[in-house]
Amino acid sequence: MIDKILLLALALFSVSIALSLFRVIRGPSLPDRAIALDTIGVNLLSAIAIVSIILKTKAYLEAILILGILAFIGTIAFTKYIERGVIVERKSND
Amino acid sequence: MKINDVILRTVTKTVVFIILTLGIYLFFAGHHAPGGGFIGGLVLASGIVLLYLAYDIETVHKGMPFDFKKVAALGVLLATGTAIGSLFFDAPFLTQTHSYINVPIFGKMGFSTVTIFEAGVALTVVGVVVTIILSISEDE
Repeated sequence: MIDKILLLALALFSVSIALSLFRVIRGPSLPDRAIALDTIGVNLLSAIAIVSIILKTKAYLEAILILGILAFIGTIAFTKYIERGVIVERKSND
Repeated sequence: MKINDVILRTVTKTVVFIILTLGIYLFFAGHHAPGGGFIGGLVLASGIVLLYLAYDIETVHKGMPFDFKKVAALGVLLATGTAIGSLFFDAPFLTQTHSYINVPIFGKMGFSTVTIFEAGVALTVVGVVVTIILSISEDE
């Protein structure tokens, strides 16, 4: 029973990732694509959690944390590029 | 135009500590669990990159005055140092050893020279990643 529920959740996460991928490809503006990539990252992280329950292992928990950190840093880099055109600034401007 | 990014800077001040703690944990957990010098070094480097994103190069260098090329060189020196050190004990190159030492507070703890080798790997990864990010971010 619990296995079927976990597989159903995994299938729903893959549907959600596919819908977000549609927004990445067809998104009219650049912020749409950045938000869609962040959503894909969070859904992928949840899918890893469910896979680690299905496989009955604790070996993937570090991967979940690292994927969260990388999605956060990637989204910040994208938004800085969209807003200012430069990602790492040389001098402080205040 | 002065851009106000107080939310990003406040979040960064908290999150960088969590990221650096996870990096140190991954580095020490590598002996018995997933992790190790490479992943630990990458997570530490991503924390430093987050600092560069939220602030700028001058401000971060004021608080962290390292030359990251020298950090990478120190890492390679540490890794090859443990490899060459085994030659002084009539053992083949890269032989690693371990032992159990009674530490006053923690009791019996296992120490191995692989940890020094992994520290060299982690320092090399941090130095190389930050050097790459800094060199491709310079536009003048």
